Amino acid sequence: MAAAAICSLFIINKSGGLIYYKDYGSAGRMDTNDSLRVASLWHSMHAISQQLSPTVGCSGIELLEADSFDLHCFQSLTGTKFFVVCEPGMPHMDALLKVIYELYTDYVLKNPFYEMEMPIRCELFDVNLSQAVQKDRGAFLGR
Amino acid sequence: MMYMFNRNGVCLFYREWNRPLRTLNPQQDHKLMFGLLFSLKSLTAKMDPTSAEKGNLGVPQLPGQGCSFHSFRTNTYKLSFMESPSGIKIILVTHPRTGDLREALKYIYNLYVEYVAKNPVYAPGTPIKCELFNTNLDQYVRSIS
Repeated sequence: MAAAAICSLFIINKSGGLIYYKDYGSAGRMDTNDSLRVASLWHSMHAISQQLSPTVGCSGIELLEADSFDLHCFQSLTGTKFFVVCEPGMPHMDALLKVIYELYTDYVLKNPFYEMEMPIRCELFDVNLSQAVQKDRGAFLGR
Repeated sequence: MMYMFNRNGVCLFYREWNRPLRTLNPQQDHKLMFGLLFSLKSLTAKMDPTSAEKGNLGVPQLPGQGCSFHSFRTNTYKLSFMESPSGIKIILVTHPRTGDLREALKYIYNLYVEYVAKNPVYAPGTPIKCELFNTNLDQYVRSIS
């Protein structure tokens, strides 16, 4: 199994701007402009999907299944969205997204030098995030 | 609910069996649905981690070219999507815990071919008004729900 379990991670702020993008070695590596465009597109799609709901109380797309990848999205209560592109059928992505959210609150939001809604440039966040992803990948490949 | 669009965005068919909430008028609803799907397809083709070379966002994709999504799920509904090589898009909106509906969509496409495409009085690109298609579709949907 040469393919990486998780392909990439995006974090977008309340207004749809990309604040964090990390690629984990997939062939679909994007440059900055493309990742910004994709993030804004996703933000709009998420909002439109709420409008099209046949019942009340829709909170947007949580999972998108395509032929060669899955996309899991988690929206926090503040409107910040975390989404992960991964292999089809990967289990426990929701748990991973919650872990990433916890890391975000610990290393980014509690950082006194971090401005809200700005791109994330916190080393500790990067380090801990890589650890969490590696652990998840190890658990997946070891299965 | 079920929608069918052709490759130009004309809504060929719309049917609802259980829809408690309607936020927009039908025309807007159809346009919004088509727009959402068009953009999502473009997005999935661009985000595909397995293909190295991709077109730019916003370039219309031929049916079957590039990676396409087949379903997405929210907390209140699940949308299943299928596009035929001729550009006919079939969409089913169901309960969020529904399983994989790709086979069902293929079956509905077959129903379309049998009762609509082979119908000599049906003009392609116009809304579908074939009784046999409607009744068979209702029967099939009732049998799988």
